[in-house]
Amino acid sequence: MDVQHRLKRFIVENFYVSEADALSGDTHLITSGIVDSTGMLEIIGFIEREFGIQVDDGETTPENLSSIDRIAAFVDKKSVGRAAARAS
Amino acid sequence: MNAVPQLHDFLIETAQKKPSAEALTCQGKRLTYGELEARSNALANGLLRRGVQRGDRVMVFAENSPEAAIAFWGVLKANAVVSMVNPLTRGDKLAFLLNDCRATALIAARGLWRVVLEAVPRAPSVKLVVAAGDDPLPMSDTELPGLVTLPDLEAGETRTSAPPRKNLDIDLASLIYTSGSTGEPKAVMLTHRNMLTAATSISTYLELEGRDVILGVLPLAFDYGLYQLIMATKVGARLVLERDFAFPAQVIARVIEEKVTVFPGVPTLFARMAEMKSLDPQAFALVRAVTNTAAALHVKHIEHLKATFPKARIYSMYGLTECKRCTYLPPQDLDKKPTSVGIAIPNTELWLVDENDKRLGPNQVGQLVIRGATVMRGYWERPEETRKKLKAGPLPGEVVLYTGDLCRLDEDGYLTFVGRMDDIIKCRGEKVAPKEVENVIVDVPGVKEAAVIGVPDEVLGQAVKAYVVLEQGATVQEREVIKACQRRLESFMVPRTVVFVPELPTTDTGKIKKSGLT
Repeated sequence: MDVQHRLKRFIVENFYVSEADALSGDTHLITSGIVDSTGMLEIIGFIEREFGIQVDDGETTPENLSSIDRIAAFVDKKSVGRAAARAS
Repeated sequence: MNAVPQLHDFLIETAQKKPSAEALTCQGKRLTYGELEARSNALANGLLRRGVQRGDRVMVFAENSPEAAIAFWGVLKANAVVSMVNPLTRGDKLAFLLNDCRATALIAARGLWRVVLEAVPRAPSVKLVVAAGDDPLPMSDTELPGLVTLPDLEAGETRTSAPPRKNLDIDLASLIYTSGSTGEPKAVMLTHRNMLTAATSISTYLELEGRDVILGVLPLAFDYGLYQLIMATKVGARLVLERDFAFPAQVIARVIEEKVTVFPGVPTLFARMAEMKSLDPQAFALVRAVTNTAAALHVKHIEHLKATFPKARIYSMYGLTECKRCTYLPPQDLDKKPTSVGIAIPNTELWLVDENDKRLGPNQVGQLVIRGATVMRGYWERPEETRKKLKAGPLPGEVVLYTGDLCRLDEDGYLTFVGRMDDIIKCRGEKVAPKEVENVIVDVPGVKEAAVIGVPDEVLGQAVKAYVVLEQGATVQEREVIKACQRRLESFMVPRTVVFVPELPTTDTGKIKKSGLT
């Protein structure tokens, strides 16, 4: 299962999504009312566990974390960085 | 000063003095005091034209935004009573609130429209719905009564003056909803005089000035969040509105960019910051005051705050919506009395009583009583609950506030919060009535009874924990219970853990004994 699907499943299971179909990759998780600030901490905890990355303090921005697509892109970027670091 | 002081005089006077000064900034939008004054005038005139009358209740349902600030002042200028509603509120609850105060109008952010569509058709008192935000309205929404967009409402209205002043300073300015132990939220009635007094007292001891830049990251629906707007306007400071603390790095970047000097927060927010190891204290070199409310700071968070905000005075404060604020700890006393929430705020008196209403001396634990012009007018249309809180004071005819909080005063007159007399939980600085959560859980098919308690939590203050007894033969998953709560309750009320038990401990009279639960 790709990153997007795993994220969506986690969000649907752990937060209140009135219509799961309405949660698309670019749905803003905060402004849509699905996730609040404590919920965002849970999402950060999930992606750290699930994808083995470390979210630094300075990375907790909407650019990285505001939608499923953005989180997926962020996870990809971090994973590549980690792989590169291991390879070097 | 106007012979009939009103809360919105803060805006009128500041806009007169410095119309081109920036009043607030939010997500790239900037608004001067002149613009805030003009747009709130137009909104007030528009509300009046559409039938909002003196004393009508108008709810504002929005995230922190310029429109929410305009709406707050505009409703007051229309001689109406403003109630800011938490944007996390779900449809059922919004309908309850609208019906409870029989709101005439609702000003709501477009982003929250799904909830509005669920609630408004069930609230017959609502005659006017104002949509705030830039997105166009879908055609299907036209069934909402008196639907109009905020720009359309403001268009063509007088911007230079508000409708004629009808209220006295003893009339209601605001209703602030708070959780009640019966499980139904109740509205704290605050007059213009209440709020003028509180804003003056707090802004004086915080020494707020026109050159301050105040961070507004707490929701405007939370009373201390709202007071950031009120106090910034009073002193002519600039408010940096952020919608929440979901993206800490963004908020911190804004603090630096906007040169924030005053940083108000709650323990949960400061606990989150304490987890951020890479914070550079240089980043906060301009912050001169850090203010905490909702619950006492942990001593270890005080240490962290001192390291993070090297130049700031740290104010530990305590209060309740019913009187806004009770005490503050003068920053110079923080080292001497780190666990105290301080002394009475200016223009307030306090004392402690035992169960026979006898005043207590130092180092005895008793109920805190508050006297002063900040004390609420009562709970909206709840005379019985009002009588429990407002009782006769020293002067003939006056009432004082019995807070329901157990406290202790030391020999120097410094107050320490001990606990609550009821079972209200404080999670993330917000009040949670166990009864309200239990009602939702018991509605889940298969659930026989439920008991909800607060358990200590490093970040949340208290976390909500539910004990659930199932009907015979029923199978219910933890997830189903949590989902039901997420669907109907604000997120801070949703249990973090659900424990299924065969039965709940009871007292001799058969009531659930929560002291047996941990």
